[in-house]
Amino acid sequence: MATGVAAWLPFARAAAIGWMPVANCPMPVAPRDNSKRQDELIILNVSGRRFQTWRTTLDRYPDTLLGSSEKDFFYNEESKEYFFDRDPDAFRSILNFYRTGKLHYPRHECISAYDEELTFFGIIPEIIGDCCYEEYKDRKRENLERLQDDQEENKDQKLPNMNFRETMWRAFENPHTSTMALVFYYVTGFFIAISVITNVVETVPCGTTANQKDMPCGERYTVAFFCMDTACVMIFTVEYLMRLFAAPSRYRFMRSVMSIIDVVAILPYYIGLVMTNNEDVSGAFVTLRVFRVFRIFKFSRHSQGLRILGYTLKSCASELGFLLFSLTMAIIIFATVMFYAEKGSSSSKFTSIPASFWYTIVTMTTLGYGDMVPKTIAGKIFGSICSLSGVLVIALPVPVIVSNFSRIYHQNQRADKRRAQKKARLARIRISKSGSGNAFIQCKRNGLLNELLELTDTEEDEQKLLTKSISLLESQHHHLLHCLEKTTAHEFVDEQMYEQNCLETVLPNYPSRSPSISSQDSSAGTCCGRRGKRNSPLPNASLPSTHQGPLQELSAIHIQCGDPPFHTASRSNLNLKTDNSGRINCKGGRITTAIISLPTPPALTPDGDGLHGPPQRRPLPPPGHPATPSIQTTSSSAGTNIVKVSAL
Amino acid sequence: GLLLGAATLKNTLLEKDAGDSVEDELELSAVRHRPEGLEQLEAQTRFSRKELQILYRGFKNECPSGVVNEETFKDIYSQFFPQGDASTYAHFLFNAFDTDHNGSVSFEDFVMGLSILLRGTIQEKLNWAFNLYDINKDGYITKEEMLDIMKAIYDMMGKCTYPVLKEETPRQHVEVFFQKMDKNKDGVVTIDEFIDCCQNDENIMRSMHLFENVL
Repeated sequence: MATGVAAWLPFARAAAIGWMPVANCPMPVAPRDNSKRQDELIILNVSGRRFQTWRTTLDRYPDTLLGSSEKDFFYNEESKEYFFDRDPDAFRSILNFYRTGKLHYPRHECISAYDEELTFFGIIPEIIGDCCYEEYKDRKRENLERLQDDQEENKDQKLPNMNFRETMWRAFENPHTSTMALVFYYVTGFFIAISVITNVVETVPCGTTANQKDMPCGERYTVAFFCMDTACVMIFTVEYLMRLFAAPSRYRFMRSVMSIIDVVAILPYYIGLVMTNNEDVSGAFVTLRVFRVFRIFKFSRHSQGLRILGYTLKSCASELGFLLFSLTMAIIIFATVMFYAEKGSSSSKFTSIPASFWYTIVTMTTLGYGDMVPKTIAGKIFGSICSLSGVLVIALPVPVIVSNFSRIYHQNQRADKRRAQKKARLARIRISKSGSGNAFIQCKRNGLLNELLELTDTEEDEQKLLTKSISLLESQHHHLLHCLEKTTAHEFVDEQMYEQNCLETVLPNYPSRSPSISSQDSSAGTCCGRRGKRNSPLPNASLPSTHQGPLQELSAIHIQCGDPPFHTASRSNLNLKTDNSGRINCKGGRITTAIISLPTPPALTPDGDGLHGPPQRRPLPPPGHPATPSIQTTSSSAGTNIVKVSAL
Repeated sequence: GLLLGAATLKNTLLEKDAGDSVEDELELSAVRHRPEGLEQLEAQTRFSRKELQILYRGFKNECPSGVVNEETFKDIYSQFFPQGDASTYAHFLFNAFDTDHNGSVSFEDFVMGLSILLRGTIQEKLNWAFNLYDINKDGYITKEEMLDIMKAIYDMMGKCTYPVLKEETPRQHVEVFFQKMDKNKDGVVTIDEFIDCCQNDENIMRSMHLFENVL
């Protein structure tokens, strides 16, 4: 609803005069403004602080508390003001929404308190302006997460019906849930530490015996170390198998990083068992033992920090990649230069460009081992340039990378957030927009229903019950849209109907115009008659007499369709039963179909005079009136009682 | 020497900025517009004091600067027609309201236009409508101009209509219009033909009175 620009509605309606000379059909009657109130000041007393505003300001948004009659509940007779027992500070921004059309979120306000106020006054938070919307959503999400954290602690309670497998999995994932889990957690951690220390100590040279040279402990106490290794691997294997058994989705578990680390940690031992002590493969075997160091990564299950580090490295990968790339470029450049500069000198260590890589790296990272030194003057000059640029190339990007990483990380989060919010917001705005368009179509149906009831003399109360009471503003807006329909002789329909009509136009044309159509087209006649009827509430002069005509048509509708006179039902009749009529309507050209006979003189039928011009969709008054008031579905050959349905 | 040079450069830049900002301020204040007094407007239009007050409050609320430019105008007008595209018609409307063709509609233009539309005589209203259709304001409505206007009106209906809108519908409508209005069949409609024809058409006469109780 264009409530935000409600103040301009009189202008839009006045400008509609521009359509009048172009229109060929008469216009509908404008809704009367019965309550011709002067614009008055309303006093809103919110917990003692008085706000004053014009009544029309509040009326701009009729679906909120202050804009509708809901505020009458808060009216205080003695002091002639509306009293609300709410927070006056939050009320300021709500009242500003009515005044300016934009809702702002005050940053000092608590998010849940503000939400409550909005809900109380019937304002949906999505209207918050772009300037404040992001902040609002962020705070709301934070709040939600905080509440969620509180909830999650309660979530770890044991659910009643968990089988053994689920209990085990829960124990593995959250060690704090039970004592057993905690014990298991610490035991595995202990054994990981033991295993790592064993690997390290294995290579330390132990004390010497007189006859043998220094040998590492591993070779001296082979058996002891072997037992230790076996024990650790046993524990790890058992742990892995238990996790595999308890995992809810085994395939997913096997693909996860942690399980791969587990496998890599214990595999060398088994491979070592399988392989014989062959000279050839023992080299490979030694390499495999390197992989035992990966057991240290098992600690990441125990440490949150390691996991975060891994995640952040992963997310910062592109920046690190770029750093690496630029470093590689610099290294290659300088290595090439140094090689050619030092080519001349004798006994130069710079034997090839790849050999110079080592020098470049050592120099650029300001390590300077001194195992490769340039001897020529040119080499020394370029060497110094290399080390200077090394400082720049390495030292500068690192803090930039760090801060870049932190900024990009937060920004990414925010960008994704904003994108998700935007989509949702746009979807909601689109829905409300289509809602406003649909509101008009709904109103048409309700209006028709209303008129039907009116004419069949139902009680006023029943009538009121069936129609939603719409504000004057809405009725004026609908009247404006109705005038546009009349000007262009087309109607607004909703998406569904449009799709259906489009489908029907695709269907092949109806082959013949035999009289057999006419009986089927009686319902087309019905809808034409009905549609014609809808044009009726226009000319005030012919108002009393037209009641007769439509009444006859109505009785026709009643008898014909046999359905209750609901717009939707007969509309669907139009679309279901007679797809012919749909097709016929969409096809070009004129087709004569049968009609409902009206025993009323042509002058009194609606729109009797609006006949000039082709775009007509109304029943022409029958030149000859059959005496019987019943439905006559006469064939087109009869000539009389024709409804011209010209397609547009 | 370097430092001095840098300092003088900075100073000159700052001065330039200050100069720019003063000019900017002057520009801004020119954009803000205050309407003529209430009495004058009362004399020039057919609205009462109270009505002018209500109109101005609504106007100033939407456009705090006191003038409407075409973009804002199109925005506002489009909100009344959510299903279609009202920008072309809003463009024509804007030109009809902007009588002095300065690119913005001030409150005076707005209220003069409304006075004609809501409280004017039939002659004045028809005159206004003719002015709207005559896009280049040369006193004649040609078929092309009418076709533009018609297309703009049909654009406001949007896509989802019943029956389905065809390509040639606006053109047909223009033909009907010219058949009715163009008495001497010279391909253009003059103001006299227009007013004559409208005055003889009951429908149009009746609809001219439709919005009289709008305010």
